[in-house]
Formats: sequence, C-alpha cells, structure tokens
Amino acid sequence: MSFDNAYESLLGHEDAHWAFGTGFSEALSGVDREFPAGVDREALAAYCLMLGDDALICSQRIAEWCSRAPELEEDIALANIALDLLGQARMLLTRAGEVLGKTEDELAYLRDEREFRNVHLAEIDCGPGPGGDFGTTIARLLVFSSWRLALFSRLRGSADPVLAAIAEKGLKELAYHRDHAAQWTVRLGDGTDESHRRMQAGLERVWPFVDELFATHEVEARLSGVAVDPASLRSEVDGVLAAVLDAAGLTRPADTKAARVAGMAGRDGVHTEVMGYLLAEMQHLHRSMPGAVW
Amino acid sequence: MADDLELRFERTVQAEARIEPRDWMPDGYRKTLIRQIAQHAHSEIIGMQPEGNWISRAPSLRRKAILLAKVQDEAGHGLYLYSATETLGADREDLTTKLIEGRQKYSSIFNYPTLTFADVGVIGWLVDGAAICNQVPLCRTSYGPYARAMIRICKEESFHQRQGYELLMTMMRGTQQQRDMVQDSVNRWWWPALMMFGPPDDESPNTAQSMAWRIKRDTNDELRQKFVNMSVPQAEALGVTFPDPELKWNEERGQYDFGTPDWDEFWQVVKGGGVCNAQRVAHRRKAHEDGAWVREAAVAHAAKQAVTKEGAA
Repeated sequence: MSFDNAYESLLGHEDAHWAFGTGFSEALSGVDREFPAGVDREALAAYCLMLGDDALICSQRIAEWCSRAPELEEDIALANIALDLLGQARMLLTRAGEVLGKTEDELAYLRDEREFRNVHLAEIDCGPGPGGDFGTTIARLLVFSSWRLALFSRLRGSADPVLAAIAEKGLKELAYHRDHAAQWTVRLGDGTDESHRRMQAGLERVWPFVDELFATHEVEARLSGVAVDPASLRSEVDGVLAAVLDAAGLTRPADTKAARVAGMAGRDGVHTEVMGYLLAEMQHLHRSMPGAVW
Repeated sequence: MADDLELRFERTVQAEARIEPRDWMPDGYRKTLIRQIAQHAHSEIIGMQPEGNWISRAPSLRRKAILLAKVQDEAGHGLYLYSATETLGADREDLTTKLIEGRQKYSSIFNYPTLTFADVGVIGWLVDGAAICNQVPLCRTSYGPYARAMIRICKEESFHQRQGYELLMTMMRGTQQQRDMVQDSVNRWWWPALMMFGPPDDESPNTAQSMAWRIKRDTNDELRQKFVNMSVPQAEALGVTFPDPELKWNEERGQYDFGTPDWDEFWQVVKGGGVCNAQRVAHRRKAHEDGAWVREAAVAHAAKQAVTKEGAA
C-alpha cells in the first residue's frame, strides 16, 4: 500500500482490504442450500433460530466486556469469542430466514422477546454488569462452550447440508472458546483465595441454568436426523466439566435447576426479566428508523 | 567515549537508519519516545470507549461485527505500542497507572461524545483519517520498534477508515433522516478532527527537537493542511459539507484555505474540561481495578506451576 495518501483506496472497491471477521457468506460458499427432501421446514427454521439465538444473545453479553476486561489480551480474546458467536448467529439466522422469507436483520431486530428461542444461560447477566464478574463470565463460557462444542460435533452429521457446514466451521471456534474458558477456570480456581472464591461463586450462579441445555424440545424431536437431541450430550459434557473442575480444585455445584414457567423456558420463548432490557438496547436503533439502510 | 556514542547516534539518525533497543541513545530521546508512544497507546485504549459505546446498539449484524472487530483491533494496537515502550525500559502497568491517575495524556478527540451511529462512520472517516495522516510519517520514524508497529497499525487503520467511509456512503443512500444524521455528525467532528494535529506550529514547543531526532517528520500545520486537502473531495463525493465558511480552493497556493479551529475549546478539553474526560478515565480505572484480582490470580497460578515444575525436575 502507499503510505503517502491515506485516502487513495477509499473510493476503490477491492474487497481484499476489508477487516477480518465481518464477512460470512464465503464461509459457506459451495454448500448446497436446497432443503433435504422430507424435512419439516417450519421445524428446521425454529431449530436454526434456537441455535442462532443462543449465539446472538451470548455474543451480545460477551461483547459487553469490550474495554472492560482485566487485561488487554483478555479484551482481545473476549471480543474474538463474541465475534465468532456473532458469525455463527448470522449464518443460522440466515438459514432460518431462507424458510421464513426474512433477512438475518429482520430476525435479529424485529422479533419480540417471546419469539426469541435462546436458552436462559445465554441471556443472564454474568458481568461486567451487576449480575456477575469475570469469574461468572468464565463459568458461563465454560458451560456454554462445552455444551455447544459437543452439540456442533454431532451436528456435523446433520441431514441439512447447511447446518452440517455451519457446525463444521463452528467446531474449531468453539474448541478455542472452551479451551480459553477451561484455562481461566484452572487459573482462577488455583490462583488466590479470592479468585477461588469468585470462580466457585460464578459456577454456583450459572449452575441452575445448566439443566435447560439438555432438555429435548418438541422441535428437536420432530427433526430426527437433522437436529441433535441435547439429552444425548449430557454425559459427555458432564465429563468435560468434571475434568476441568477437578484440575481447578473447584467443587461441582449441587444440581439445583431453575424452575420452568408453566412448563416453558427459553426454547419456548419464555425468558428471564433481563431479556427485555437486552433486546431493548440491541434493537432500539434499528426499530426507531424504519426504512433506513445500514 | 560518551561523545563517540552520541556522534554515532546522530549519524545513524541523520542517515535515516533505525535506532534499535540495544543501541545507545540520549536520555531525552528515550524519554520523548516513551512519552509519545505511551500517549499513542493510551489513545488506542481510551479510543475503544467512544466506539464501543455503539456495539450493543449497532443497527445491523454486519455493522455490529465490523465495529466489534474494529474496537478489538484498537486493543491490539494498544498492545503493540505498550510493547514498543517496554523495549525502551518502560512498564505497561506503570504506564497504565500514569494514565488512570491523569499523569499521562491521550488524544483529546476521545473526550468528545459519540451521540449517533453516524459518529461511528465519521470517526472512521475523519478521526481515523487524521490519525493516519499523523501516523503514516511515523512508519519512517527513527526508532525501529515504533516504526514497525506503526506500519502494521497504519494498514489496519486504513481498513477502518474505509469501513467508516463506506458506512457513511450507505447511510447517504438511505433515508433523509439518515443523511441529516451524517451531516450533523460531520458538523460535530470536523473541527475536533482538525485539532488532532495539535496546536499551530508557533505554539508547539516540542516539534523542533522531535524533528531533529526524526521522531516527528512533519509539522502540525503541514499535516493539517494535507488533511484538509484530502478531505474536501471526499466530502463532495459523500454529499456532505464541512462547517467552515472560509473553506475554499486557493488557486495560487494550490491548496485549500480554511478557518481557524477554536483553540480555546481545544485547550479546555485538553485540560480536562471536555464532555467525557472524567468518564473515559474513570471507565479505564474501573476496568483496571476490577480486573486486579484476575491478574493477581494469573500470577499466583503461574508461580505455583513453576514451583511444581521445579519440584518435578
């Protein structure tokens, strides 16, 4: 590049100069986007929204750390994780939109709270807000990424070629997220009395939301061969978490489960009270300027 | 002996060769560099806040990803630059303490508030643009690690600038409300962007020595003029105007004439009176203090690991 005129390339259109992490269509180029014969499309769209909303809402939460992390290296790492999840969300919402006739942005910005299908673990405030701290954030990330990694690992065999490709791409990312969370869990569990106490408190905070991750939803039951039954992931994820907690000298919290609401939870669009505020912040600008292009 | 070293240093600098960390250098050169690079690093880190202010509210998922990646890059730039100061014997923790105690400065532009999403685009276009004009010459600065860090930073900054400009182009093709939003943002950022080049040359006390040492390559006024010349055609292509009635092409000079920034406002903001000075520093201080237990834990864990390894050996 020329160092003499910073504006030289501004009016050009060579896409090679765009920053890392903003595109996503290339990742799936060449993947057959036809719906497999016999698949229940409505259920497929709902399933893509479930996995997409998990990533979108968790990314929104993790991005809250931006400029607030304990160390610059960690600011970069958390932004990276938020970006990976945002990328996964975009691919999944786009796939749902192919059935529903909507764009990723229409799905992200114009659905109401009751239409979001993410698990509660993704939406709860684990810090830097008053709901937690770095230890709680790591506890959530450890559970979320261990679960999602196991899920994506099986989703590679999905009868939907797009879901299979998204899983294949996401697998490497999630392995890094889990590794990052596991390393911090060990550091904090082992480090000082204070870090041990905070890490243990973080686990206690997120543990009630673990059970929901493994509850089979009716949509998943309808998508045999396309979706992964989360109940089948439990022993694998439990094993991973046990190994990390053991290395960190931490105690697995007692199995308390957050109660459902009239039998419903996140997958049914029934959320915790923080979700409305999260969406109000995320959606307000898009909604307040209808017809605008971004 | 000392004279020989000094002579060699002077010759190296005058020959446009690089000074490397283990080379002898005058104390003043070392101090000036640490101050300048630290101020630049602090600017990157504080600069994460005004744009980070819009990540949660970005109006499309693509823009959210671009913005998050950009703010992440700024953390990366801060890291390279703190590392460059460490080659001069400075310490990141110490520099951070100086920042949060208000003993070292950062670019005053970040004390202005980001009030609409158009500000994200205008910061990319004008603020990053002005920063690039300031920084491109530093890719040839005399201190090797700084020059190399600046090459990488300038490349990334130019992506950011392009993305900012592209956002504005998109908004200008949108609704009237969006076009008004862009113009309003340009009106608020144009003069502060011009102030980023620093006070006029006759009021810039450090310029002469820094130029002799090849730490600085152009004067503030030269860079400011260059920035104006480059920005006017960009504004025309975009369809916005700059809020300066004196701005016009001067055939004789082959440059644009332009008005005088409000230097009273500049000094007021530099001295702490801007809308966001206290907020920016308090935010950085809180992040640093809230993270202390995490950093202590990482150190304690590493120390325990080292003992375990030693025991096993």
